[in-house]
Amino acid sequence: MTHAVVVEELLVNRGGRAVVRDLGFTVPRGTVTGLIGPSGCGKTTLMRSVVGVQVVAGGVVTVLGLPAGSAALRNRIGYSTQSPSVYADLTVTESLRYFAAVLRAPKSDVSRVIDEVGLGRHAGKVIGRLSGGELSRASLAVALLGSPELLVLDEPTVGLDPVLREELWTLFHGLAERGVTLLVSSHVMDEAARCHRLLLMREGQLLADGTPDELRRRTESTDLEQAFLRLVREREEAVRS
Amino acid sequence: MNPAIVLATARRILAQLRHDPRTVVLMVILPSLLLVLLRFVFNSERAFSEAAPALLGVFPFAIMFIVTSVTTLRERLTATLERLMTMPIGKLDLLIGYAIAFGLVAVAQVAVAAAFALGWLGLTISGSVWVLLLIALLDALLGMALGLFASAFARTEFQAVQFMPAFVMPQVLLCGLFMPRGQMADVLHWLSNVLPLSYAVDALTQVTRSNVVDGTLVRNLVIVAACALVALLLGAATLRRRTP
Repeated sequence: MTHAVVVEELLVNRGGRAVVRDLGFTVPRGTVTGLIGPSGCGKTTLMRSVVGVQVVAGGVVTVLGLPAGSAALRNRIGYSTQSPSVYADLTVTESLRYFAAVLRAPKSDVSRVIDEVGLGRHAGKVIGRLSGGELSRASLAVALLGSPELLVLDEPTVGLDPVLREELWTLFHGLAERGVTLLVSSHVMDEAARCHRLLLMREGQLLADGTPDELRRRTESTDLEQAFLRLVREREEAVRS
Repeated sequence: MNPAIVLATARRILAQLRHDPRTVVLMVILPSLLLVLLRFVFNSERAFSEAAPALLGVFPFAIMFIVTSVTTLRERLTATLERLMTMPIGKLDLLIGYAIAFGLVAVAQVAVAAAFALGWLGLTISGSVWVLLLIALLDALLGMALGLFASAFARTEFQAVQFMPAFVMPQVLLCGLFMPRGQMADVLHWLSNVLPLSYAVDALTQVTRSNVVDGTLVRNLVIVAACALVALLLGAATLRRRTP
């Protein structure tokens, strides 16, 4: 099994509107795949479909060889939602200890993930009193508990200073080297360059799927922002003609 | 069901409460203070003794309803529920964890209120204090289970708070606290017969007046427990792994 995620002809309706249409792609194991696109383009819906919490209208999502949402996947996937999903009235340690118990992860995992996201100094602080960036790292830490084979991270680096962002991307690549597969969404293009592969999304559809180099070459652009714009224009012209 | 996860959930909820001492103090002390107020409003030990047992059932019911509906709604809104639903936790693990944590708080609440009423306000009961506590605990669990179920229909915390009068007040009005159920118009009497709080108040009244544990008392307790269980299962049905 070389692919951690296989999505075929995915269709998701929300509020009577198709927010993901006829979408298909694969994510190879042990890679960092970036899901890039503007806010509201369907990234979160797609990620929710992969972790199996989204009601889908059609298509097939296969994760680690099993249908998305299978009970057997529940301790093999780490998921971090876009808005921080941790208990604001607990301390960082208490919150992680609870999730570790649910995942049946070893107790030592709690201090390991606190170090990995750089929250060592704030371990005993109540989460509600953390800053925005610390809060999103507390939420990210939950996804790292146990030994997930697939990490689905929805905008994990929003609101972080460049030094921390750099550290987290180093962590992501380290995990990928150990064989973990990462699907990371972002709406900023400079993060796209750090991914092994990119899925560019717009209005619920996939614009392009390839390595950053391939995308730059194909669109004859020097940066990915430009590449994205070219792809949007190409698509619009194709629709018109 | 996984006992380790159930206990971890109960511990987590109690830890959340520990970080919010004001809520804990309000939950534990407020019913007692209201009983003191009621005692002086009636200004008669006899009148107080008639109403107080019912209130010992009504308080934990109403307070657990509101606390649970807000807590659960918060889990839904902050996506911690969505995250848990991607993890190996059963819906009943979560709900029973809730029941244990809030059940413990309810026991503390009723124990303090009963100690006030019996020790200082002149309430006398003929039956066992333990049966009284058991009924109050069942009331608390019923309120908790209904609150959990109701929270599925609220989009905001404002709505969740409004459900308290909607779900709780009709039961309080019809449970026999203000007017004996037998003296109500037929429709209202029938309605009070299908509301679980009525049976809890009947049981509480019986414990006050006699020390006999008979079939009626057991039947009333079983009805309250069964209603709590049904509400808990309905609540479980509203927790969805997949959402639109």
